[in-house]
Amino acid sequence: MNTITIEVSRYRPEQESEPAFQSFEVPLRKDWVILDALNYIKDYLDGTLSFRWSCRMGVCGSCGMMVNGTPVLTCATFLESYAPGPIRVEPLANFPVSRDLIIEMDAFLRKLKSVKPWIVRKEEKPIEEGEYLQTPSQLADYKQYSMCINCMLCYSACPIFGLEPEFTGPAAIALAQRYNMDNRDEGARERMDELSTEKGIWQCTFVGECSAVCPKNVDPAGAIQRYKVTATSDWWKSFLLPWGNK
Amino acid sequence: MENTSEHSGKPFVRKIPIFWWIRRWVDLRFVLRELTSVCVAAYCMIFLFYVRSILMRPEAYEAFTAQLQSPVMIVVHVLLLGGLLYHSITWFNLAPKAMVIKIGTWQIPDLLVAAANYAGWIVISFVLFWLALN
Amino acid sequence: MKKRLTEPFWWSLFGAGGVVSAFTLPALVILTGIAFPLGWLETPDHARMASLLQSWIARIVVLVVVVVPMFHWAHRFRFTLEDGLKLKKYDAQIAVVCYGIAIAVGVLAVYLMWTL
Repeated sequence: MNTITIEVSRYRPEQESEPAFQSFEVPLRKDWVILDALNYIKDYLDGTLSFRWSCRMGVCGSCGMMVNGTPVLTCATFLESYAPGPIRVEPLANFPVSRDLIIEMDAFLRKLKSVKPWIVRKEEKPIEEGEYLQTPSQLADYKQYSMCINCMLCYSACPIFGLEPEFTGPAAIALAQRYNMDNRDEGARERMDELSTEKGIWQCTFVGECSAVCPKNVDPAGAIQRYKVTATSDWWKSFLLPWGNK
Repeated sequence: MENTSEHSGKPFVRKIPIFWWIRRWVDLRFVLRELTSVCVAAYCMIFLFYVRSILMRPEAYEAFTAQLQSPVMIVVHVLLLGGLLYHSITWFNLAPKAMVIKIGTWQIPDLLVAAANYAGWIVISFVLFWLALN
Repeated sequence: MKKRLTEPFWWSLFGAGGVVSAFTLPALVILTGIAFPLGWLETPDHARMASLLQSWIARIVVLVVVVVPMFHWAHRFRFTLEDGLKLKKYDAQIAVVCYGIAIAVGVLAVYLMWTL
């Protein structure tokens, strides 16, 4: 049986001050992904290896890690692509490492909440008035941005986020757009006050790596550029026609 | 003895080196793309002084154009042209991401938006050539 | 009162300058820096060039071609410096220098087009 070497980044804060690599030999099975290799290591070689995973089919966004320097979903990345190896597996870049391959995502969750990723209404529509209606075309306006699974690969790919941890970041802005462009939503103004700020969309310099690594083709880079245009025309309107502000 | 380990439970923050963009080709390509703005600024200055020499005396124009013939200036302009072409091409390729235009419910495909930009580029270039040569 | 964000204003100039430079500069570089000096195309004589620039429309076009792309450079270079050399903490100073240079070039260009 062929094997392949996996070099895993280990970090146990109670016993070491910085991460170091540990090598394991795992079977090189045709149908195995990186996640299978990690579970093999945990089951048979070193039960202390810690990592996040859940659905193992690319929809939950839990298993994001750096594989040979690129952020990927480890449940969707085949071992054979990297034969003969070795394969280097590290925690997602640009995040603090909690333990082994686990990163701290509190900051991301805060940013996500700050963009109000829900339908904002000035007044809730009472049940008696029935459902909100949405045509297929109106759905198409925001559908792409709704595909985000919060896997944070885009944050790992974004050098600006690496340099500036306060940057709101690709996924949060794409999700803000998902609601901005939903015809049921009335929260665009609130979100813009939050996002058209120094740490918001204006940090972005359109590197484009976020869209390149997104496993769901959300295209956060496109979402951000469109938002820059929206925020800019809004700015000019309020500058040239200050009395028109609602 | 009390556990005084400062690393107990402490998350590890990986540092980004200053020249982070040298390590990967993708990052280097990005920085080169951004540096084309320097080519833009450099040629704008050259062009300003070119026009200035025209607006002064004929001798000033002759002197300036003679300087432009030196091998160094030719090389500089060839390099600037390379940078400016890279700027134009990356600009037109990325423009569709910011310029999302809908006619009714139909969104104009990225390729068409880019193609329209390239077409405009060709037209404007022709106009400039025509103005200079007629 | 919340301080008004001026980023959108600079970004507008960045965008406009990017468009102007992308559409016009390559052709101009080829003409003035390569085709004319190398003799591939006949260099127009001074009288012809001067007559082209007589109209105020031509001078405004020159101003647009020179000044707006300078603001494109200013905005883009500001971010390139700060991201490329980890100088984000000096953003205020770098911004002043970059936009200041663009403004200075603008003033110079207006002065030249107006007086010459």
